[in-house]
Amino acid sequence: MKLHEYQAKALLARHGVTVPPGTAAHNVDDAVAAAEAFGGSFWVVKAQVHAGGRGKGRFAEVESPDVLARVVRGEADVPGKGGVQLCRSLDEVRAAAACMLGNTLVTKQTGIEGVVVKTVLVTTGADIASELYAAVLLDRSNSRILLMASSEGGTEIEEVAEHNPEAIVKVWADPITGLGAWQCRQLAYQLGLEGKTARAAAKMFRALYDTYLAIDASMVEINPLIITPEGGVVALDAKITIDSNAEYRQKEIASWYDASEDDPTEVEAASYHLNFIKLDGNIGCMVNGAGLAMATMDIIQQYGESPANFLDVGGGARTDQVKAAIKIITSDPDVRGILVNIFGGIMKCDVIAQGVIQAVAEVGLELPLVVRLAGTNVEEGKRLLRESGLSIIPADSMADAAEKVVAAVRAESSAGAK
Amino acid sequence: MAVLVDNNTRLICQGITGSAGGFHSGQMLAYGTNLVAGVTPGKGGQVWTSPDGHEVPVYNTVQEAKDATQANASVIFVPPPFAADAICEAADAGIPLVITITEGIPATDMVWAWRYLSDRGSRMIGPNCPGIITPGQCKIGIMPGHIHKPGRIGVVSRSGTLTYEAVGQLTALGLGQSTCIGIGGDPIIGTNHTDALKLFNEDPETDAVVMIGEIGGTAEEAACAWAADHMTKPIVGFIAGATAPPGRRMGHAGAIISGGQGTAEAKYEAMQAAGIHIVRSPAGMGHKIQEILGL
Repeated sequence: MKLHEYQAKALLARHGVTVPPGTAAHNVDDAVAAAEAFGGSFWVVKAQVHAGGRGKGRFAEVESPDVLARVVRGEADVPGKGGVQLCRSLDEVRAAAACMLGNTLVTKQTGIEGVVVKTVLVTTGADIASELYAAVLLDRSNSRILLMASSEGGTEIEEVAEHNPEAIVKVWADPITGLGAWQCRQLAYQLGLEGKTARAAAKMFRALYDTYLAIDASMVEINPLIITPEGGVVALDAKITIDSNAEYRQKEIASWYDASEDDPTEVEAASYHLNFIKLDGNIGCMVNGAGLAMATMDIIQQYGESPANFLDVGGGARTDQVKAAIKIITSDPDVRGILVNIFGGIMKCDVIAQGVIQAVAEVGLELPLVVRLAGTNVEEGKRLLRESGLSIIPADSMADAAEKVVAAVRAESSAGAK
Repeated sequence: MAVLVDNNTRLICQGITGSAGGFHSGQMLAYGTNLVAGVTPGKGGQVWTSPDGHEVPVYNTVQEAKDATQANASVIFVPPPFAADAICEAADAGIPLVITITEGIPATDMVWAWRYLSDRGSRMIGPNCPGIITPGQCKIGIMPGHIHKPGRIGVVSRSGTLTYEAVGQLTALGLGQSTCIGIGGDPIIGTNHTDALKLFNEDPETDAVVMIGEIGGTAEEAACAWAADHMTKPIVGFIAGATAPPGRRMGHAGAIISGGQGTAEAKYEAMQAAGIHIVRSPAGMGHKIQEILGL
């Protein structure tokens, strides 16, 4: 689960990370009032969406389709106002908030459809002497929590890793002792910091690690982490992802979940405990198990068409879940055919067959449906499908199933063309 | 023996009185696994009975169960909030092989459980895995026993049902399996691809290995680097997720392409460089084994 910047900063501040004063606002008046309350003459208004690339993003209601297409392609120097705006007067704050709230921000990461901005973060402007990068994440290669920093703040870490890997420094926390203060100092000195700035940075690194553990994060990323002219260390931006396996014990954070940022079909699927991801192709798939689901997508591609979705019905799917899965797949207007691939282990093929038959009875079947069953109670499952009187195309193997669904989809489209 | 488990394995089930633990304990006993004890805190002294009438004593702690039964493996069906603790309990009792089926354990819990296990010298399989089976001898986990056949092909995979797919193909071609290890789909796992390849390489009863990977992480690449220098037996390799979009978690917590790392293509390249016989179609795993063994 991803958090908004203002949520991430609130959590970081709780665990001792210095963040600029900021207020989240849901309407223009509140945004202006927040800026006024901070005083001063320099503020930043930031659109609160999960997608990255906000600053270079543009608003769909304001810009031409051509400009938006350039944003999605990741071009530099695209004209117009973005999702992060620097303001030198309260009028500019008002204009920035009005530009963002209720409008659709298109960034390189959102794709052309963009995402509606419902909240802005108003913060005081910060003076920047230099920019760093810091992140805490799990290192899968040694099963330890990694604190990573770079002297090249403001740049994406993947880019730094590619062009200047020496700029990245890392320390790993021992799970028994935790992250040592000496490790935090070591990192600060390796980044070239000195004196009280090095001490402040070390303290900040430890606070990032503490935050990571306390909130069950799977990533805490601060980019940029800035050094102020006075030598202070401030988290100017923050990205946090929470480990979804730990949501049960992070109830406050879990309650912040905002379904409107996710694909509505994926949200509906999740309510049935189905693992669903929308893709661009034309063949809907329903599979049990994540690995087999990915492999099914792959084999569809090998036969020349592409998958419309990833859908894992899980290990012990019930009839109602199978029905929901079929309905979700058929609700996608791009889907031209469906491939059901089930290797029954705990899940019995006859239960799947019943679910498919009931779903087809309820939603109707206008698309070619290929069903491949294998494993536990396979014969009974096949018999049920055969005797259902439905026009289900049976398949004996993964290859057979992929070949048949692709052939059926192509036959339909050429029939449609005539 | 084949790899890790056989007729001599004496198994404990942690969480035997729960619904999943109970169901699969019954299935394991029916397959012939030597399940000698169950552990559920608070239910020590009870006797758990399987649907076909096997009686299994239940203990409060793993230590008691081990002392009473000389168990040498434990399978964990404990719910996610308590699973890491259960893993450490098994390791502390000196159980050398811990198979964790539980899905959804918080990653930070696994960080300390993994460290604790490493210190105690216990080997873990999983978490979030189907388990391990030596066909005809010992089934530990949730895989359907009847699709397997005793033989000389090793199988190692991150995925559950995709492992069944590979086993199904092998069995259909008359190729039995020495041992099949489902190592699990989480970012932190006990036994990884490299460990599994080492075990199969040393096992006189294994002739060839099917290695099934997934997008995400670099564990397959590490295994390939090891195999290039050490593996004396042929490997057939498949990677699931060539069509998966970057940045999306494909079901398994570990299956995500991030920062350009963990792509199927990178893993296939590593496999080819290590002399592994790759198959790009998941339907071709069994046939490829048949082909390279000249069967």
